[in-house]
Amino acid sequence: MTDVELPETPLLDELEKGPWPSFVKEIKRAAIEQEKAMKAGKKIKLPGAAKGLLKVLELAYKEKRTHWKHGGIVAVVGYGGGVIGRYCDLEDKVPEVWHFHTMRINMPSGWFYQTKALRAICDAWEKWGSGLTNFHGSTGDIILLGTRTEYLQPMANALAYLDKLYGSPAPFDIGGSGSDLRTPSACMGPALCEFACYDTLKACYEFTMRYQNELHRPMWPYKFKIKCSGCPNDCVAAKARSDFAIIGTWKDEIQIDQEAVKEYAKVIDIEKQVVKKCPTGAISWDGKELKIDNRECIRCMHCINVMPKALKPGKERGATILIGGKAPFVDGAIIGWVAIPFIPENELIEKCCEVLEAIWEWWDEEGKFRERVGELIWRKGMDEFLKVINQKADVRMVYAPRNNPFIFWRELNQ
Amino acid sequence: MVAQEVEKEPEETVEIKTDFGPPHYEIMLHPIIKKNYGKWKYHEVVRPGVIKRVAESGDVLYVVRFGSPRLLSVYTVRDICDIADKYSDGYLRFTSRHNVEFFLTDPDKIEPLIQEVQEKLGFPCGGTWDATKGEYGLSNIVHTQGWVHCHTPATDASGIVKSVMDELYDYFTDHKLPALCRISLACCANMCGAVHASDISMVGVHRKIPKIDDDAVRRTCEIPSTVAACPTGALKPDMKRKTVILDKDKCMYCGNCYTMCPGMPIFDPENDGVAVLVAGKISDARYPPQLSKVVVPWLPNNPPRWPEVVQTVKKILETWATHAEKYERIAEWIHRIGWERFFELTGLEFTEKLIDDYKRTPYIYASYRTSAAFRW
Repeated sequence: MTDVELPETPLLDELEKGPWPSFVKEIKRAAIEQEKAMKAGKKIKLPGAAKGLLKVLELAYKEKRTHWKHGGIVAVVGYGGGVIGRYCDLEDKVPEVWHFHTMRINMPSGWFYQTKALRAICDAWEKWGSGLTNFHGSTGDIILLGTRTEYLQPMANALAYLDKLYGSPAPFDIGGSGSDLRTPSACMGPALCEFACYDTLKACYEFTMRYQNELHRPMWPYKFKIKCSGCPNDCVAAKARSDFAIIGTWKDEIQIDQEAVKEYAKVIDIEKQVVKKCPTGAISWDGKELKIDNRECIRCMHCINVMPKALKPGKERGATILIGGKAPFVDGAIIGWVAIPFIPENELIEKCCEVLEAIWEWWDEEGKFRERVGELIWRKGMDEFLKVINQKADVRMVYAPRNNPFIFWRELNQ
Repeated sequence: MVAQEVEKEPEETVEIKTDFGPPHYEIMLHPIIKKNYGKWKYHEVVRPGVIKRVAESGDVLYVVRFGSPRLLSVYTVRDICDIADKYSDGYLRFTSRHNVEFFLTDPDKIEPLIQEVQEKLGFPCGGTWDATKGEYGLSNIVHTQGWVHCHTPATDASGIVKSVMDELYDYFTDHKLPALCRISLACCANMCGAVHASDISMVGVHRKIPKIDDDAVRRTCEIPSTVAACPTGALKPDMKRKTVILDKDKCMYCGNCYTMCPGMPIFDPENDGVAVLVAGKISDARYPPQLSKVVVPWLPNNPPRWPEVVQTVKKILETWATHAEKYERIAEWIHRIGWERFFELTGLEFTEKLIDDYKRTPYIYASYRTSAAFRW
């Protein structure tokens, strides 16, 4: 039973059907409950926003086109990023969502939450916004979807004092957008996973705290993303989705528990599922003992994934840095490539900061408008980039050496 | 009479505070997680959606995963919190693919939790895999905003994702696939989603040149940055008329100019649509990371349920699932059988549109190692 009237949305209603949870139901729920809450005397600044979104979206479905416009400049005091300005081109028809700005909120490392924190965010956003969220956006931020320009600052203040005003265990800060450092993200790492070769949550938190200025004030040629994955399985897709990917790995021998291997042998076909699947043929199994030729092992994780009770990454742990990963704009999609083959775990955060700062200084100086760091390296060459990060060439940076002798002997031709 | 001053909200009177950063992750960790941080011994899969994690201390934590629609009302988030308070000591986690996870210490509470989540939220339990057995579930689709909030999309995001997941629902709740399969969707070539390295991906594409509105360009655009935004050099400044000129033969309809300049709208209801890509991969396991490859250049936008897109994705997924060996992701399967067989088995048509002629990506890139897998 509902006494809240919703707009007619025959096309969207089709997306309430079927077993997968429906985003249309979520928008309708926000529309109904926000209005009810307001009628019950709760302070709600933007009633009808979710209802407005239903109208706009139904029209988009009918006309097969978006009705959102470019943002213009909207922000909160002291920050240049973190708020995505958005206006609707149906100003007269749907004034409820004429302004529909998004706020990106920096999530805790690894997306772990206390319910007290989430409830506080909900209470603040019910009051100051549309009541709609994304958990989470593509980069990893909490997305608060849709509010008016004049409520951006109060909502930012609500988050900044979320502990005092709303009972959260801690306040929340704004994330990145535009040509700045985007909110760094991390896999669950040592919090839950035995594969983590370094502390991804700590690294992510340290980078975020140290580079608050870079995160909040766009000043670069374009965006820059950092992602922390604890092992080469890369659960946060750092290799493809970040300019600077930190992939946990190890250098010494895989740790083997032979008794546990024997237990696995009772339930799986080790020869077929493990030995034959090893990409370098580094494993052998005679029914009693599993042997790994660690000089041949390339640490791809397959055997460890299949037998997590029996196999573990080695003890000499650290990370590989890949540089340049990004989506297609402008020179095409790329997966990051090796910039530093190995940094030991105990030096990792400091070394990354040193390298990051060197990269940013160079890119800020040399980068063209909307040129990601990977594209700048292509334009200037890996030799220059390696000088910038003070790194020697390593065969692990390539699959194969160059296939032409057209080498730029710049040092002989000054 | 003086108008009564409107009472200010507390949020309107506090002092502005900046650069204090996110909450420290430690305060967000369940006590069992905090206690065993960095000391997990192994994990095993209890059933689809439930992973048992065992610590060196002997502590056991059951992590129970549910698929969410990503777009959540605060009211549903509160329901999620109620469930976390009841079953998970007030703690929870979201995954990088929009799933929500609860932490249980008592295995007897797993079934009641799954039932309560299904009843109250309608979120399915699943999205996991059992690498030991080589049996895999489909994880949630990562995606972008689409018509819900974006100004440059060539298609919607949430509607297609909902339609695809309705069709592939059983693959999420069960472990019926031979290997990992990551599906993603981006509503334009900007690809806010990780579409360029997914097993199957859907990308919104424009196919018509932007319509230059000279007045709007003059009013709203910075001409040098608009011209610079064009990857193929198709845009030139027209200094006399204070606008831009487009060489339509060089344009590949990426929409990058429109993101810079509202004066050149590119959307086109009948010609926008969805391209389908396959065989991307990010993990180093067995086979190096791969970029996704286009196998269907365009399918129409057919809301509300995009049947052409849904059926194409389903066909690819099921053809692969039928023919692949254990642990063979789509990239590895095609590597073994060849692209000839891929097109033959899926019934997709190979056309000249699938032969790469985008020259901007330098060939040198092919020799750069995109993997942390190396010998020491």
